[in-house]
Amino acid sequence: MTKKTKMKNLIKQLNRCKMLYLMILPAIVAVFIFHYIPLYGVQIAFKDYRSSLGIVGSEWVGLKHFKNFINYPYFGKIMINTLRINLLSLTTFPLPIIFSLMLNELRNEKFKKVCQMITYAPHFVSTVVVCSMVILFTNRNGLINIIIRALGGEVVDYMAVPEAFAPIYVISGLWSSLGWGTIIYMAALSGVSPELIDAARIDGAGRMQVVWHVQIPHIVPTVVTMFILQIGSLVGVGFEKVFALQNNLNMEASSVISTYTYQVGLIQHQFSYSSAIGLFNNFINVILILLANQISKKVAKVSLW
Amino acid sequence: MTKTTIKRRNKIQMFDVINVTLVFLITALMMYPLYFCVVASFSNPNQVALGRTLLWIQDFTLDIYKFVIEEEQLWIGYRNSIVYTILGTLWSLVLTIPAAYVLTKKYLPFRNIISWYFFLTMYVSGGMIPGYLLRKSLNLVDNPLVLIIDAGVSCYNMIVTRQYFSSNIPDALYEAAYIDGATEGQCFAKIAMPLAKPIIAVMALYYGVGNWNSYYTALIYIRDKNYFPLQLVLRNILINNQLALSNMDNLEAGAIEYLVYRARMAEGMKYAIVFIASAPLLIAYPFVQKYFAKGVMIGGVKG
Repeated sequence: MTKKTKMKNLIKQLNRCKMLYLMILPAIVAVFIFHYIPLYGVQIAFKDYRSSLGIVGSEWVGLKHFKNFINYPYFGKIMINTLRINLLSLTTFPLPIIFSLMLNELRNEKFKKVCQMITYAPHFVSTVVVCSMVILFTNRNGLINIIIRALGGEVVDYMAVPEAFAPIYVISGLWSSLGWGTIIYMAALSGVSPELIDAARIDGAGRMQVVWHVQIPHIVPTVVTMFILQIGSLVGVGFEKVFALQNNLNMEASSVISTYTYQVGLIQHQFSYSSAIGLFNNFINVILILLANQISKKVAKVSLW
Repeated sequence: MTKTTIKRRNKIQMFDVINVTLVFLITALMMYPLYFCVVASFSNPNQVALGRTLLWIQDFTLDIYKFVIEEEQLWIGYRNSIVYTILGTLWSLVLTIPAAYVLTKKYLPFRNIISWYFFLTMYVSGGMIPGYLLRKSLNLVDNPLVLIIDAGVSCYNMIVTRQYFSSNIPDALYEAAYIDGATEGQCFAKIAMPLAKPIIAVMALYYGVGNWNSYYTALIYIRDKNYFPLQLVLRNILINNQLALSNMDNLEAGAIEYLVYRARMAEGMKYAIVFIASAPLLIAYPFVQKYFAKGVMIGGVKG
């Protein structure tokens, strides 16, 4: 085909798709305004932003703000806090998988439905409410301390103990997501062919062996995909929950990149410095997810792209 | 019956007994925190503090709820959140559904580029401050409109919707319509939309829950208390201890006794508010549960 006819075809095709472009245009515009314009604004991370000069007019300062962040005395602490919370969360990664295998083995459909319904429910409780429940339960008169007292232990105000912060974060997160996290694995498990299970049974496999040799291999691709996604967010901790659980007494363990970005940006109005921290965080996240994707491509032959 | 089959049957039963017991315990454990809050909210706060309400209500009372009703801020938040959630969800749907549909058209020129255009937003973002500066220049700071239009398009939801369209509506259906002279617009309105009801329900629920439960946008962009959504009000009441307790000041009692009572009552009110705040979604959710799960599954088929 010559270039000319190609061009002609394209124009014809474009003409045919006018309506389609019109339909997608609002989404393109909305994403452009709320995602791409801020990306353009990221340049203030390399500038000394002054509102009187605007984003474009402010003076370039190179990597000054990045250097400031790395030299910030609490830089190490913030990074460690962020990593600690995420690594501890990562240890709970197998739990939804195990729970979905258990649910999958239930024979009474009604019981299974009820258990699923109840364990999914916490997913719908908002972050603020989950955090307030945590705070209510861990205070001196709260549920946890009532139980500890009944068992003869010592009453502790856990929200005031920095060491307790990461465990509290992870356990409450588990409450929110354990049930909901099983859905995707249940979907994968429903794809195991019954013949395969029957064949294994006839060959003398017990229930445990069927789970181990038939069900688990079947869901490995899903598991790997979910794992890559989790690795990708290793350096980012969601702002909402940490911020809601944070107080002056546990600050030592609860100051993470996202809350620090908020503090210097919106409370102290150091716009450029805060943007630099945000960009730094985003950069590491992208690198991590690319790495995880590459590794899983090699090792498990599964990848996101 | 031979010995081996009996043996196997026993073994199978053991497996089931252990499994059912464990699942039952986990489920009970998951339910307990909310159960405890409900029980505590109907009990005398003193009994709660003494740990006597672990299983059931003690000294049944509605006093706590009488005080909660007086918290004006809470009801303003409730009203605002309903408005924001409905309008915000509609806005997101209007943007997401047609766009996802268009992206299923393989003959669309530049389809890949447009897909990547959306896809990239999942991984790179401008971050808090550039976003803030943009909304400030658009006059969206301290403007309730920001809570409606900010949710906009979620790329993840768009992928899920696209997946639904391409795997549930065969291309042959559109081709037949084209031959009969239908335009692209008619194809969308007359063929795709009627078949898309399940996915529209899923998306409405996803966006709706997201809107209802989020407090980040409001925390950053809204200062005026009359515009606060419920979640931000809850944060102030439950986490920052800003209860008004306006009509409690009329109580006549000794100072210390009064302070203790007030503190305990405030505690009880928090349990009640946890219940009230979660109730709408928890009541609605069993009815729509199947749609939610469906959404996750469609998305899990690999976007």
